[in-house]
Amino acid sequence: MRVLLFGRLGDIAGWRERDFEPPPASLSALKALIAAEDAALGLALEAKGVRAAVDRVIVRGEAALGTDAEVAFLPPMSGG
Amino acid sequence: MIRLTEERFDPGAELTAFCAGRTESGAVASFVGIARGEGGAATALELQAYPGFTEGEIGRMVEAAFTRFSLHDALVIHRHGPIAPGEPIVMVATAAAHRREAFEACDYLMDYLKSRAPFWKKEHGPAGARWVEPTERDLDDLARWD
Repeated sequence: MRVLLFGRLGDIAGWRERDFEPPPASLSALKALIAAEDAALGLALEAKGVRAAVDRVIVRGEAALGTDAEVAFLPPMSGG
Repeated sequence: MIRLTEERFDPGAELTAFCAGRTESGAVASFVGIARGEGGAATALELQAYPGFTEGEIGRMVEAAFTRFSLHDALVIHRHGPIAPGEPIVMVATAAAHRREAFEACDYLMDYLKSRAPFWKKEHGPAGARWVEPTERDLDDLARWD
């Protein structure tokens, strides 16, 4: 499973793209795994306005994740 | 047509190509956005896009403009990656039967691009780097179309 971070999230984490193996089965499991490893990033993912996209589609709330899903965390967009 | 690019582009050449061969569109309007230097406070701009996702979201804005303004055609070119002051960041061109629709669609698309398009912008300057979010003015501009 590939995880992508955009904007300030990448600066907080120190990475922008990472593979997670074995892949968590849900978005909440992925967030819990990230928060356990990096508390600052875990908090940042829960901040107001941060959205998640699974396979390039915005999801609201919980989502099941396939083993080769691409999950992106998107902070508020700045526009062009 | 929507194009994301990390390369510099030539707005004049793009506009010439966009106008070529039109016999029924009486009006083409265009806008070019250029990276500001802010009097030395901004030494470089870095725009992050999410390739695949960003074009899709811009595509939905362009579809809405086609319906709302009876457009014949639209062009959106947007840079991402590092951009130096003075370089074009964005270009929008719209073609319609008459000027009013072309002007308004171009204005509308720019308001959406400035506030809603999936880009994350980082300004680098002598005082360090900071992530930029839409300004109150960008959001007010967008609210004009509600």
